Amino acid sequence: MTDTSKLIVGRTGSWEMVLGLEIHAQVASKAKLFSGAAVGFGAGPNEQVSLVDAAMPGMLPVINRFCVEQAVKTGLGLKAQINLRSSFDRKNYFYPDLPQGYQISQFKDPVVGEGEVIVEHDDGSTFTVRIERLHLEQDAGKSLHDQDPNATYVDLNRAGTALMEIVSKPDMRSSAEAAAYVKKVRTILVYLGTCDGDMEKGNLRADVNVSVCRPGAYEKFRETGDFSHLGTRCEIKNVNSYRYIQQAIEYEARRQIEIIEDGGKVVQETRLFDPSKIETRSMRSKEEAHDYRYFPDPDLLPLVLDPAWVKRIEDSLPELPDAKKARLQSQYGLSAYDAGVLITEQARADFFEEAAKGRDAKLTSNWVTNELAARLTGSGQDIEDSPLKPADIAELVALIEEGVISSKIAKDVFDRMWAGEGGARAIVEKQGLQQVSDTGALEKIIEDLIAANPGQAAAVVEKPQAVGWFVGQVMKATGGKANPGTVNQLLKAKLGLE
Amino acid sequence: MSNLTSLTLKAALAGLADKSFSSVELTQAHVDAVAAARPLNAYILEAPEKALDMAAASDARRAKGEAGALDGAPLGIKDLFCTEGVRTTACSNILGNFIPTYESTITSQLWRDGAVMLGKLNLDEFAMGSSNETSAFGPVVNPWRAEGSNAKLTPGGSSGGSATAVAADLCLGATATDTGGSIRQPAAFTGTVGIKPTYGRCSRWGVVAFASSLDQAGPIAKTVEDAAILLKSMSGHDAKDSTSLDIEVPDFPSFVGKSVKGLRIGIPKEYRVDGMPAEIEKLWEQGIAWLKDAGCEIVEVSLPHTKYALPAYYIVAPAEASSNLARYDGMRYGLRVDGANLTETYEKTRAAGFGTEVKRRIMIGTYVLSAGYYDAYYVKALKVRRRIADDFDQAFQKVDALLTPTAPSAAFALGENADDPVAMYLNDIFTVTVNLAGLPGMSIPAGLDHKGLPLGLQLIGKALDEGTLFSLGGALEKAADFRAKPTRWW
Repeated sequence: MTDTSKLIVGRTGSWEMVLGLEIHAQVASKAKLFSGAAVGFGAGPNEQVSLVDAAMPGMLPVINRFCVEQAVKTGLGLKAQINLRSSFDRKNYFYPDLPQGYQISQFKDPVVGEGEVIVEHDDGSTFTVRIERLHLEQDAGKSLHDQDPNATYVDLNRAGTALMEIVSKPDMRSSAEAAAYVKKVRTILVYLGTCDGDMEKGNLRADVNVSVCRPGAYEKFRETGDFSHLGTRCEIKNVNSYRYIQQAIEYEARRQIEIIEDGGKVVQETRLFDPSKIETRSMRSKEEAHDYRYFPDPDLLPLVLDPAWVKRIEDSLPELPDAKKARLQSQYGLSAYDAGVLITEQARADFFEEAAKGRDAKLTSNWVTNELAARLTGSGQDIEDSPLKPADIAELVALIEEGVISSKIAKDVFDRMWAGEGGARAIVEKQGLQQVSDTGALEKIIEDLIAANPGQAAAVVEKPQAVGWFVGQVMKATGGKANPGTVNQLLKAKLGLE
Repeated sequence: MSNLTSLTLKAALAGLADKSFSSVELTQAHVDAVAAARPLNAYILEAPEKALDMAAASDARRAKGEAGALDGAPLGIKDLFCTEGVRTTACSNILGNFIPTYESTITSQLWRDGAVMLGKLNLDEFAMGSSNETSAFGPVVNPWRAEGSNAKLTPGGSSGGSATAVAADLCLGATATDTGGSIRQPAAFTGTVGIKPTYGRCSRWGVVAFASSLDQAGPIAKTVEDAAILLKSMSGHDAKDSTSLDIEVPDFPSFVGKSVKGLRIGIPKEYRVDGMPAEIEKLWEQGIAWLKDAGCEIVEVSLPHTKYALPAYYIVAPAEASSNLARYDGMRYGLRVDGANLTETYEKTRAAGFGTEVKRRIMIGTYVLSAGYYDAYYVKALKVRRRIADDFDQAFQKVDALLTPTAPSAAFALGENADDPVAMYLNDIFTVTVNLAGLPGMSIPAGLDHKGLPLGLQLIGKALDEGTLFSLGGALEKAADFRAKPTRWW
């Protein structure tokens, strides 16, 4: 069945896009993959370079056990096959920021095999992206073209840093799905602590493979595994934001459709996304593609993992997003949507769980995901740095639950809390914001109102919905502090509506 | 005191121990010998001041009773070993005046044990060659000459400088490396002892790489026992080399002189190659007879894939070399020849920096790893390599060691094979199999040919069984009683 929402309308009919992603995630590690050099953001140029990173004569790589552990952990988090025997290959090419003249990568036998990621659509429904493999490799250094008009400088701080390349199968069918997939993988990696997920610093970036086909072709491909059902793909290199990923895909799919509809053929090539022009442009064609001359790195022995070691890593895995989502739904009775919003960040889910202790979960979830989230976004803060703590939100929710304040007043209280005026209870007391549930006081106000507005009172008897006018007047008279439930009850009694 | 240079390492260490002479005296004698032997071109860097400083420090240590296993012994270092603060070139222009800020693991172990460095020894560029003629510093000249001839002979390669320095008494022993025979063939050509230990026995860290899966360092020495003493210091696990073996180092010298009675020695029939000089055939027979006399049992064995070894070697070694030498790009150290753009800078730098043989091997290696050729060449060569290792495994089910000639000829004239790379490659025919299988191999001087040039016999051992090779080598050395020395003409 073809999902019509995925159709792209062209001049000659409908098209669909097929997307596969390679996510490059920098391994969260204090040291590089094959040298003892430090990894860190903000060091001066070439301050974090060992003799191995600079490829001095006679230097040899030694695998960093922790980076392997991080890759295995990630593989387990992606519900993937852990390969107990994998190996490293050399990918040979010349570039000044690649000191060895080759990148050490895992070409033939990656440390992690097939897995899968369950990804949420915006509406809370899910789809599955199959993972082809995850392998470890070295990052290159950085060429600085903007330091001197006549020269390029090279900073090798990043050279040798461990990357995990996570390769998906061509399972995404829209730019939104691709972005949602990257978001989900990022969330999993951050939960695992295997990558900090910082896309701005380039610690997580994606190469996007885009092709287009006619409706029905993709289903044939999935049935047979035969790629010839799909269109020729182009790879867009190094896209490092969700927005750019979506823009690049949209542009590229359109470009390919236009070529085909004009009677041309899409050429398999590597392309670059230009965010300033929102377009992709050719970097090198298949013919110009490097012959990387992959071969097993003779300086490194095959990587052999002890199953017991893998088991220990598996046993130490934290609760992952999918499991947490399911638990939040069952334990707190939250909707899939609410649970889905909470788990996008582990800290947010933790914050919620802390705040929700003994409180109404749905109410707590709303305060965490709406008011608090909006304020934090506004001030550019992470939830870890939130000036309001889970106990503060819990206190506010308690006041609502106890009927001390209405949800409307609660917003005002929240504003004062955010402004640093103190805890919710103290603010309510100090400002006299507690709801007026004192029937005596409210009765007096209502009786006065009825007496002063006989016409309105008569009208309500005819038309009960008009009671709202009296509610509004009571609220006005009490500065919004009247308990709406009590007001309704009293009005109905006094106006003889029951 | 020039006779100090004619001492064996063992004798010199004994002399130092009983204070017959000081390390400064011993070292000065060698420094003088080195300076007087420049026509041999063995040393491409002499370090007399450093040597004498190290010698003085050694004498001070010995006076305090803190002498190490090699304390005060002056050695030559093949210029493939990085030496901190001392120019290291791999005899290539591409490294120019590269001065490492670090010391190779092997040399640091030698200095740890008190040895003294006389200087850096010549070699074929990046250890690629069998005659020392590919060196950017010009060839080493073999101290041996054919009777009645003044023709300059090759000392073999790639460790020609190491072999010559030992043969001409320009050091008490030398470090060397062996990727396809680079220790054993020069040892055979110069009447010295050379051992390539089991792959992984000696750390490769700080040794300029040629072909990582084949490269292995070892010593060239005057006697089997000297070689054992040196190898003991050079060996040991190094966490900085992932292929280094984490295994205890045996007391190699204690194996020398041990009885070899009852050992079974295999004679691989495939090593009787066409066109091998009768003298070498005869020497081999003689070696068999000596070991028989020493109580060994001689068994004919078959290594059926031997004929594929050389082609496989000349695929695997260049393939690895083409990648290992990619780092010499003019960007960070060594030679750089600027071009109009990046590609041109790479091209000019590498064209100027590498010699013909190195370029040839980079091109062969690049070719065999290329898309479309990889399976036909590289993958097939790896399969052959596996078969060759299996051949040895089979043979070692039946025997304790193998005996073969080291090289198919005696030292040849400089220039003789310079224009024929294939003829040059054939020098390695008996030695490359050992590298492909990662086994230990040793060359022992066993006799002279009709022109008075030394010939060597090779012993091949089981993995990690250098001990047996030292026992057998000691037995052969004793039986051969090889005492000939080159007549000094330089």
